Amino acid sequence: MARVVVDVMPKPEILDPQGQAVANALPRLGFDGITSVRQGKHFELEVADDVDDATLAKIAETFLANPVIEDWVVRRVEA
Amino acid sequence: MRVGVITFPGTLDDVDAERAVRYAGGEAVKLWHADHDLKDVDAVIVPGGFSYGDYLRCGAIARFAPVMQEVVDAAKKGMPVLGICNGFQILCEAHLLPGALIRNHKLHFVCRDQWLKVENNSTAWTSRYDQGAEILVPLKSGEGGYQADRSTLDELEGEGRVVFRYVGENPNGSRNDIAGITSANGRVVGLMPHPEHAIDALTGPTDDGLGMFLSLVDSVVKA
Repeated sequence: MARVVVDVMPKPEILDPQGQAVANALPRLGFDGITSVRQGKHFELEVADDVDDATLAKIAETFLANPVIEDWVVRRVEA
Repeated sequence: MRVGVITFPGTLDDVDAERAVRYAGGEAVKLWHADHDLKDVDAVIVPGGFSYGDYLRCGAIARFAPVMQEVVDAAKKGMPVLGICNGFQILCEAHLLPGALIRNHKLHFVCRDQWLKVENNSTAWTSRYDQGAEILVPLKSGEGGYQADRSTLDELEGEGRVVFRYVGENPNGSRNDIAGITSANGRVVGLMPHPEHAIDALTGPTDDGLGMFLSLVDSVVKA
């Protein structure tokens, strides 16, 4: 078994209202110096050894992310 | 004519969609998300709600439901399909319509009666309207911001595929004030506002939404 992480982020040109709301809240909470926040999703998959990178990419592109509005990155990590 | 209305786990507006079909003189046929069966319907409505709890992304899981695979195949052969609200999100996720819907720009769930301008009255679902007519129907959604890249927007605008546009202040940050769009063949239409809630002045703000269902009955009778 291997652990695979898939990070999904809104594309830079797509408005991210949730990230903006977080960014706007930080100064109110007394945290200064944060100029931008983008909010995305982080998936952790436990994957059998025979699942290849092409399959993982297909999972990310067709299901975990919507490529119209989101970018995705797949990486294998130490379990 | 038989009009299928799909129910997913979490669908809310299937009953009103069925009622709208009956008001327009059609026969409403219940379709179940887990069935590979369209029950010989002439058209399909994908209604609003929160299919599969909106988990992952709105419409992302519903898109893979067995019944949706049948809908995609039928739509490619020209069957009229209407997606309302969550149904619009599902049709985008299923690539029957371009673009995607994201969180409203001000993060609030918007629930109000909304004026729309009819920009295209040549689709299977809008022929009863005058071009440029303004209609008042409910809008109730938290993720109704229509997004697409510039080339897709240019294509939609250039081909007249924007069907409805918000009148007045943009309620959700949709690009180009887009409330609804259609496929290249004008058979598949998706919109965030709810025409099925505005078919009788007794129970809605107007009966302006009924025209969509009457248009469908016309188009199928002609075909």
